[in-house]
Amino acid sequence: MRFGILVFPGTWSDTDCHYVVQDLLHQQADYIWHQQQDLRGYDCIIVPGGFSYGDYLRAGAIARFSPVMTALGRFAADGGLVIGICNGFQILCEAGLLPGVLMRNQHLEYRCQWTHLRTQRADTPFTRCCPADKALQVPVSHGEGNYYASAATLARLEEEGRVLFRYCDASGAATPESNPNGSLNNIAGIVNEGGNVLGMMPHPERACEPLLGSSDGNCIFQSIIDSCGTR
Amino acid sequence: MDMTLHPKSSSSNSDSQAWPSQAVLDEIALSRAEYEMILDRLDREPNPLELGMFGALWSEHCGYKHSRPLLRLFPGRSSRVLSKAGAENAGAIDIGDGLALVFKVESHNHPSAVEPLQGAATGVGGIVRDILAMGARPIALLNSLRFGPLDDPLNRHLFHGVVEGISWYGNCIGVPDVAGEIYFDPAYSQNPLVNAMCVGLAPIDRLATAAARTPGNVLLLVGAETGRDGIHGASGLASRTFESEEERRPTVQVGNPFMEKILIEACLEALATGAVEAIQDLGAAGLTSSTLESAAKGGCGVELDLSQVHRREPGMTPYEVMLSESQERMVLMVPPENVPTVEAVFRKWDIPCREIGRVIAQPEAHVRDGNRTVARLPLRHLVEAPRYRLQGQMSAEQRERQRLSLADVPLPRAGPSEVLLKLLASPNVASKQAVYRQYDHQVQTNTVVAPGSDAAVLRIKGTGRAIALCIDGNGRYCYLDPYRGGQMVVAEVCRNLSCAGAEPLALTDCLNFGNPQRPDIYYQLEWCIRGMARACRALGVPVVSGNVSLYNESRGQAIYPTPVVGGVGLLEDATRHARSAFPEAGLLVVMLGGATSLPPLRKGGSGGISPATKGFESAWRVRASDLAGSEYLQVVHGRVAGRPAIDLSMEKRVQALTRQAIRGGLAASAHDCSDGGLAVALAESCIQGGVGLQGGEVFARLPRRWDAALFGEAQSRVVLSLKPEHLPQLARLADEANVPLRELGRTGRARLKLGRRLDLPLTEIAAAWQGGLERALGKDTGKGSS
Repeated sequence: MRFGILVFPGTWSDTDCHYVVQDLLHQQADYIWHQQQDLRGYDCIIVPGGFSYGDYLRAGAIARFSPVMTALGRFAADGGLVIGICNGFQILCEAGLLPGVLMRNQHLEYRCQWTHLRTQRADTPFTRCCPADKALQVPVSHGEGNYYASAATLARLEEEGRVLFRYCDASGAATPESNPNGSLNNIAGIVNEGGNVLGMMPHPERACEPLLGSSDGNCIFQSIIDSCGTR
Repeated sequence: MDMTLHPKSSSSNSDSQAWPSQAVLDEIALSRAEYEMILDRLDREPNPLELGMFGALWSEHCGYKHSRPLLRLFPGRSSRVLSKAGAENAGAIDIGDGLALVFKVESHNHPSAVEPLQGAATGVGGIVRDILAMGARPIALLNSLRFGPLDDPLNRHLFHGVVEGISWYGNCIGVPDVAGEIYFDPAYSQNPLVNAMCVGLAPIDRLATAAARTPGNVLLLVGAETGRDGIHGASGLASRTFESEEERRPTVQVGNPFMEKILIEACLEALATGAVEAIQDLGAAGLTSSTLESAAKGGCGVELDLSQVHRREPGMTPYEVMLSESQERMVLMVPPENVPTVEAVFRKWDIPCREIGRVIAQPEAHVRDGNRTVARLPLRHLVEAPRYRLQGQMSAEQRERQRLSLADVPLPRAGPSEVLLKLLASPNVASKQAVYRQYDHQVQTNTVVAPGSDAAVLRIKGTGRAIALCIDGNGRYCYLDPYRGGQMVVAEVCRNLSCAGAEPLALTDCLNFGNPQRPDIYYQLEWCIRGMARACRALGVPVVSGNVSLYNESRGQAIYPTPVVGGVGLLEDATRHARSAFPEAGLLVVMLGGATSLPPLRKGGSGGISPATKGFESAWRVRASDLAGSEYLQVVHGRVAGRPAIDLSMEKRVQALTRQAIRGGLAASAHDCSDGGLAVALAESCIQGGVGLQGGEVFARLPRRWDAALFGEAQSRVVLSLKPEHLPQLARLADEANVPLRELGRTGRARLKLGRRLDLPLTEIAAAWQGGLERALGKDTGKGSS
């Protein structure tokens, strides 16, 4: 299958995602410059992490105006799979493709550390290969990952089962201590109404090889490949 | 400002009324004698711009006036060294597979003292551009930080600002910050040390040069606009001491990490087109040093038109443009026919790119502002800074400080358990996780061993190999004995690399000292360098790049002499590495090295070896030098005294054996004994691994001076854990290598028990160590770290 990886000025997880998709999982992966206006022909678009435009205004607030974002809106509306990681999640929220916002971490510090994620459901294109009974070990690296949404939006997200990943401890319990940034309901990742756009703060692309400490992130990419292969 | 060229005045006598006034010379940090030297060389008076250019290039930062003769003492060659120290922007070594590793450390002490956040941030930015100027992609950052004690609010302010600056800048540019060190000592109050190191990776055949060798080539200035920030950073800030920090505020630069990030991408893309002949970063002394040094390296000259420089604000004088230290700028030397190719790359990235001059055959610096010549100087005169070889003198106080006998140090009333808890909580020993979790240490997905062990390990994609990186210094040892302290710093760096399983390949150094014009400081500088050079030779590692930061004094008080050394090592197999954590219960824990006069290991029957269980008494032979400059002596007795000692041949053998044990798959962990000694090293390995240690018989027979035995900092000692079945093989290797090996105990249970008098639950030592730094910062840690 064919992945497209968006590149904004200031993006830095583009090469990390490319390495996982192409070198480890042997899928085709292209970099897509933010000026590009056509995303036809791709099965999945990755909006990777980084500091697009330096994030000097508000994380993702400028990137959403890039030409490629119009194309990404059409791609998502047509049901294409989109995964936004870290800054990518922030951009998707700013662009209105996902509800809510990512505020400054509650403790006001940048955090780069390992977290555990509980997969809330396995019947989605992003989680179908994820083990149901095991907390995934995946790192975060961000200063603004504190997920917030209005009470009504939050209730709807929970009701509709659109929270895919929650921060938890090694045993899978979503405790306050296991929440690295103060996110409401320990939210680490959510999907849109259509279930085809995922935003998550943790970096699964950093957890795809045992040599780097964890290969738990693989199952997310595997799920995408698997669901595209069978669609 | 009058920019005409003055003829040499008839009376060149230094009359305080004559131009330049003492105030002008002070501003650019030139002495009256140096001004006379300039008059002699030019045979005329320089105009103010020209004088400013001399001041910048003759500064210690650019010209190494006091240090260059000493820096020659470092060995600079090995079969892997690709570039001579000082020949290019950073040192480069061959790591196999056609790849080069490029690295350098640089100080940003003075800017950080004035404005810690921007000072530290631009320190990171500056060293990254040094690596970029080699044509390499930056793949790792390291930093070495020193502050005064955290109970002083100013030191806390400096600490928070520096950490935030590194985090803010480093995270944004997507280069992982993988290792570092942080120390606190009154010697650094108000004069923090902020040393940043960057490592880059490039195919050897794609390494870039800074040398402008071809007349006619166009100079393209790319990156940020030139503003009024940082003027006289090199000469004013880094080349003299200063009393009032307020006075210097305008000389600190302001960073833009986003521009740095896109500049990295655009420069690498431009270099990949093959259209660029040479590339240079704009660091200290901005446009002046970058263009002139490039031309001098290539045996050419340079002609600049300052009216073409894109600026942040109108009304800037040629002087300000030439000496601005605005950040995130590079200059490229490009054949005229290639200019459109290069311009297209920078247009794509929305980065300003302007033609500001040409390389010329005449070896001179010809600076124009439009059609008007504003400076014209022979390059030779500018780039050949005077050299001073001063006479150092050991101060009487130093001899006094070295006196220490064990009898002078009373045994503390507190027992070993209490002392251990106190040391673990000392900010110098305590975990630095509260700091490094603010740095992205994983981006680029190469980090195999993250911050917290003795050295970081990064795999090199596509090769199966890995590199190890670390940075270390010890001002206390060097203060007590510069020569031995210098040796010990180099030894510790190589030991840390070895503890990761890596062969040390090369070093970079940042020499942080006080005012070298004082004989006692020059003595420290000279003997630290001699000591470092001796250890480099003994351990077979060259120094391939470096930086000097002198005049580190505030209110007449010099910092400790603090050479900081960054090291790079190679692991042939990325999977054969070690961490400092004990990975599981049931492992044997042994110590390699230590006392030199042990009886040889006795070989037991049935092919096995019983490690020198008979040698306990001599194993604990403690000496006053073990306590010299130790964290224990400082924390418990409030003293910095003694004369530390090291045996370099033992050091070499211990390191080689450590590497052999890791490569051979014998060692499950490795950790060197440094600050806080053996007990602290064992406690750290327990805490990091989440497993206890039951000390063996050796701890049942602690000597009367248990303090020196447990907390002394005798050099050349490494703690390994291993599966019991691997012991015979390790003992045989130790025997062959003539390295003492001693069994210390077994991992297991949730306590650290070293004899009767030191027995603590893992949770208690973990709380002391993990929360030590945050408690010192006045933060309520509440819970343990995640």
